[in-house]
Amino acid sequence: MQIRPILAAMRHHKAGTVLIALQIALTLAIVCNALFIIQQRITRMSRPSGVSESNLFVIRSDWADKSDTQRIDAQMQADLIALRQLGSVQDAASTNSFPLRGTGWDNYIKLQPDQPRMTTDSAIFFSDDHTLATLGTRLIEGRNFTASEVAAQKPRDAMHAAQVIISKDLARRLFPQGSALGKTIYVSMGQAPSTVIGVTDTLQAHMTGSWAGPYAYNAVLIPARLLNDYTYYLVRAKPGQLEAAMRDAPKALFAQSRMRIIDHKDGVMSFAQVRQRAYERDVGMAILMGIISVVLLAITAAGIVGLTSFWVGQRRKQIGVRRALGATRGDILSYFLTENLLIGIGGVLAGAVLAIGINLWMVTQFEMARLSLAYVVAGVAALLVLGQGAVLAPALRASRVSPVEATRSV
Amino acid sequence: MFAYYLQLGLRSLRRNPMLTALMVMAVGFGVAASMITWSVFRAVSGDPIPGKSSQLYTVLVDNRGPQYNDNGEPPEALTYTDATALVAAHKAAHQTLFFNVAPSVLPEGNQSLPFIADGYATNADFFNMFEVPFEYGGAWRAGDDDGRAAVAVISHELNQQLFNGANSVGREITMDRHSYRIVGVTAHWDPKPRFYDLFSHNAFGDPVQLYLPFTRAIDVAMDTSGRNNCGSNTDFGVGREAWLHGECVWVPVWVELPDPAAATGYREFLTHYAAEQQRAGRFHWAPNVRLRGVNDWLDYERVVPPESRISLMVALGFFAICMVNTIGLLLAKFMRRAAEIGVRRALGAPRREIYRQFLIEAAAVGLAGGVLGLLLTALGMFGVGLLFEPEIARLAHLDLSLVATTLLVAIAATVLAAFYPTWRAAQVQPAWQLKSN
Repeated sequence: MQIRPILAAMRHHKAGTVLIALQIALTLAIVCNALFIIQQRITRMSRPSGVSESNLFVIRSDWADKSDTQRIDAQMQADLIALRQLGSVQDAASTNSFPLRGTGWDNYIKLQPDQPRMTTDSAIFFSDDHTLATLGTRLIEGRNFTASEVAAQKPRDAMHAAQVIISKDLARRLFPQGSALGKTIYVSMGQAPSTVIGVTDTLQAHMTGSWAGPYAYNAVLIPARLLNDYTYYLVRAKPGQLEAAMRDAPKALFAQSRMRIIDHKDGVMSFAQVRQRAYERDVGMAILMGIISVVLLAITAAGIVGLTSFWVGQRRKQIGVRRALGATRGDILSYFLTENLLIGIGGVLAGAVLAIGINLWMVTQFEMARLSLAYVVAGVAALLVLGQGAVLAPALRASRVSPVEATRSV
Repeated sequence: MFAYYLQLGLRSLRRNPMLTALMVMAVGFGVAASMITWSVFRAVSGDPIPGKSSQLYTVLVDNRGPQYNDNGEPPEALTYTDATALVAAHKAAHQTLFFNVAPSVLPEGNQSLPFIADGYATNADFFNMFEVPFEYGGAWRAGDDDGRAAVAVISHELNQQLFNGANSVGREITMDRHSYRIVGVTAHWDPKPRFYDLFSHNAFGDPVQLYLPFTRAIDVAMDTSGRNNCGSNTDFGVGREAWLHGECVWVPVWVELPDPAAATGYREFLTHYAAEQQRAGRFHWAPNVRLRGVNDWLDYERVVPPESRISLMVALGFFAICMVNTIGLLLAKFMRRAAEIGVRRALGAPRREIYRQFLIEAAAVGLAGGVLGLLLTALGMFGVGLLFEPEIARLAHLDLSLVATTLLVAIAATVLAAFYPTWRAAQVQPAWQLKSN
């Protein structure tokens, strides 16, 4: 293929060449970053929660009379017995929060009582001996709480948990060398140490925001019922009976006492709904970036078709002359394909630089990771293929120009 | 001439429908993407209380010291001790304090079920400081704060729910088993972002339903339903009283200072207050106080979600590409008519007329693109719930100003894009064109 005549011809329509190259460059820059954002969001969404999510649901019960803590305590224990007795329910536990909830109680975790700065931050989950079974989270070391270890905790009193269970990631963060089992940590504002009696497998915290990234898998299970103005009940339905259990459980609670409020909208949520809420921002972002990428590629392809068609129309006579002088259809076809390839290469080179530049800027502005070069390479290949595909139809039309054109006019 | 050129332009749109459709679609998609993301962005980044945002300040006092504070910044709210002391000092024109409450409300009649209503325990100054409009009655008096009165203000929406919208001033409302006399019903009031309650992450929360006196809420031991931040504090003792008078922060305080001189004066007072705490032995560090205005506070708390910023920028980039595309297509469209231009020029049309004709034609393309963009924007408003979480998505809406902006941006951008192609069209040499055909 002769490149020099193509370059010479390009000099005659500089503007069009530059416009196509510019469009390819900008498209590459935006599509690379958009796809990278999609990939990052999907990675976030597909993080494991450490919870066996099917058959699990959550009930929020607010105490309508805000009665004294003793009555709340008695009510919570009665509620749990009622829930566990239901035919469709496998197990149940009360808690203040749970993985993916979005907000909740966080405490600084320290290794020494008088340490000024925290070692790390962790979600606090008030639990009992049924919590791990209800969540479907495995213990990888140590033992579960016993029923007798579970105490009552008033919300404004300092916490004094003698025993705690911590998540695997928190254990690794606190005790990088060796086992956390039997070690003491300081989880509350008090000076009293807590002994780690168990370590769970992966368990996600309630915070899902990107700023909470370093603490996303830190959780401390405290053996206590938190006597707050409201409580959550985690309920595991028997396999296949989730819907029945979600219907039965609030009824059973109201049968226990009517002085409670279970919101009709989100008072009872399956864990699938919890997950959907936690990541709706990410889903939205991924959808938006997806739509923009698809429309952008379509518009760029359409732009190439439009401009190339115009060039073909403009050069019918020249094409006719070339054909009359012996050029084959293949020669004409490959002329336009090569021309587009040359413009495309120019565009993607500029675009790759721009894509990386935009990403570097976003890294400084938002909590974003560095763009992986694989995306740029894939984007370059995709845009070159797109360009060749878009130019094919006008190029084929050009190749069908009859040599007779050369004899018309001029 | 304008009408004639417009007619020509519209006719030319029909001449090569493929090319026209491509251009109109590029302009339409570009402008729609920008407008949808813009409508969300303007809602989350707007001034929630225009006209007064320069006079309202939130007050922050460092009660943790350099060792425990957040990189030198005081915590984002005050302790009960500091909040009540600063409000009692009355050093600003107006001052308010509050915390979030979520009492259970029991409607009248034995058939109804109790429900949770969100509100604030605050003082009388809250209402005039934040310009809360009233439908019936008004705010309680300052005397009710001091008298720890069982009074309440409810929102228009809660009034609808409880009293079917009737004037309920003077009637009773039961919250957490205690009875309160209603003194006012607000009109619909929901500034976004809710600048005054960023501490509890309520920038885009559901509208407030009720208000009751801070002093009364403390008396009945109503607990905060918002954030409570104890930082890295050591043991604060046992029970509510110890917590109340401890060093956990949970009470935002706002002051109204009409001019910069008043702000300077108040800053001095604050420094003085902190110095006094230091002398008294409560703080072991030099005064570290902040007075942050509304916009400063919105920035500091990073209220605009990064998603909204990123999507606006991506949409603008997308629009830019659409415009580059339009330049190319307009160039093709105009140059295809070189012969026609040659004839016009040969017949005596000056370059100015060529400019006029083609720019008007471009404006016609822009108008068509704008109309398509408007349709797509309206469609996008339904889909915006898919892209942003409900609290944010509900802020986006299509109003007259957005309609006007959409059309204007579409036309202006297309005309701008047409400058280069038009210049090229005006450069056409009449002689050459006439010769070659």
